Amino acid sequence: MRPRGSSAPGAASPSERSSRSALTLTAAAAVARIRAGELDAAELWEGYRARAAADEHNAYTWVADGGDPPALGADAPLGGLPVAVKDLFCTEGVPSQAGSKILEGYLPPYTATSVENLARAGAPLLAKTNQDEFAMGSSTENSAYGPTLNPWDVTRVPGGSSGGSAAAVAAGSAPWAIGTDTGGSIRQPAALCGIVGLKPTYGAVSRYGMIAFASSLDQAGPFTRDVTDAALLFGAMAGQDPCDSTSVGLPAPVALPSRTDLRGVRLGVPEELTGEGIEPGVLASFHGALDVARELGASVEPCKLPHAPHALSAYYLIAPAEASSNLARYDGVRYGFRADAAGDLLHMYTETRAQGFGAEVKRRIMLGTYALSSGYYDAYYGRAQKVRTRIREDFDAAWERFDFVVTPTSPTVAFALGAKTADPLSMYLNDFCAVPMSLAGIPGISIPSGLSEGLPVGLQIAGPAFSENALLDAAFALERAIGFDAAPWRHVA
Amino acid sequence: MLSRDQVLHVARLARLELTAAEQERMGEELSAVLDHIEKIGELGDLADVAPTSHVIAVENALRADEPRPSLPAEVALRSAPESDMGGFRVPSPGPAPA
Repeated sequence: MRPRGSSAPGAASPSERSSRSALTLTAAAAVARIRAGELDAAELWEGYRARAAADEHNAYTWVADGGDPPALGADAPLGGLPVAVKDLFCTEGVPSQAGSKILEGYLPPYTATSVENLARAGAPLLAKTNQDEFAMGSSTENSAYGPTLNPWDVTRVPGGSSGGSAAAVAAGSAPWAIGTDTGGSIRQPAALCGIVGLKPTYGAVSRYGMIAFASSLDQAGPFTRDVTDAALLFGAMAGQDPCDSTSVGLPAPVALPSRTDLRGVRLGVPEELTGEGIEPGVLASFHGALDVARELGASVEPCKLPHAPHALSAYYLIAPAEASSNLARYDGVRYGFRADAAGDLLHMYTETRAQGFGAEVKRRIMLGTYALSSGYYDAYYGRAQKVRTRIREDFDAAWERFDFVVTPTSPTVAFALGAKTADPLSMYLNDFCAVPMSLAGIPGISIPSGLSEGLPVGLQIAGPAFSENALLDAAFALERAIGFDAAPWRHVA
Repeated sequence: MLSRDQVLHVARLARLELTAAEQERMGEELSAVLDHIEKIGELGDLADVAPTSHVIAVENALRADEPRPSLPAEVALRSAPESDMGGFRVPSPGPAPA
């Protein structure tokens, strides 16, 4: 790994050097300095805005204009440090296209609650980030606006679907970002980009204003440089929202993590998710992280999630079924793209959808429509919902013996652009370790555990519903002991 | 393997126009995915298992029935590809079925 704090090239003036080094602070450190009067929020805003505008990874679909930063409330706890937001969050008057041609040029008349919460807390909108179309994908290659590149190696994917948010934070062009996770879309790109990503408990963050993919699974969460930043951003975006009847209040305020050991913590290692199908280099990094956990005082024992091998199958019925219903609204009538087609109303619908949706979205709409269709509903969708119950029961049983389960976040490191686009099933298998937690609605965090072949590996820690504070604490202790310091954002000139 | 007729039937339900090439590819790709998915058949009889439609226990969430301002019509129409007389304008649905 490269040493900490490598310096900027020599030609910079002292003030340029100081603003550059401010851009290599974690968000929590930058916020603390802003609030102490040691850093100017307006300079940071302009520094990040310029970096995002000069981005070379196609991480962004829109970047704020230059000029004065947005005005802040009197005591905004996040101090004005701006945030990059996945394209599928509605942002009033700012293009929100969910990576799809069918929403080309769409300017929502309102802003998502989670984004409003962040702005009110003092994290204004810096930019919108690229993503797989309607969050369907694991590589950000399914965007109508071109693929995002991985800042570690631009010939590789950043993961997905929130690949733009992950690449932005990894490259250091945004101090932090938010994304959404339906079956791994925060955790997997965080892993492939060597940063921290948290998928909260279903219901912890309002879904109001998130362009829907699979409503029983979609959940928003932070992408950050470290675990402390994740706690800070999560705390500011979470909360019950009258506009989302599935949102619930957190049982306790989000606390900044402080734990430095894992004494008494019981970690379960599900054998179904840590054997076959995981790359050797990823497994080696995972076992290294388990050794670190033991050194910190944790007990590490095998555990069983007997239905986890079927989670992917259940997920690829439930998520497409919900998507086929959610995406019925894109018909060229109320917003977005309408095909220039002669003929009657039905022809306008079918042509608009044929031209507006990309290949993967069509595939999932077809799969979901098939799974819900007469004669197949019970065997597919109905059965998948029962398997979902079994998966939840597996986790409930695990919590009787363990505080958390740990797995590699992704079975592989970042793969080459184009490597899996011709084979949908091989792309889907990327979510193998992440999907069980999504089906159970429980929180999971990915933190970097090290490198394999020079590329980052993610460690996933998952806990019971609403265990975020304990989860963040355990992740913080591990992060500190692992000492991963190779991420590109630390070294940007 | 999904037949071409099945693909066309599902596409019609989903309001998707597929080209001939898409029809063929879709049949192959969906069949490969369904082969994998059908492994959930191995789990045997699940008749006694309750389906999960919602993961977190929430009571019915009702808000107070108080009138609030809604989106003004002109704002709601602003993103429409075509609007007219305060409404969304669409092509004719065609002649009524006989």
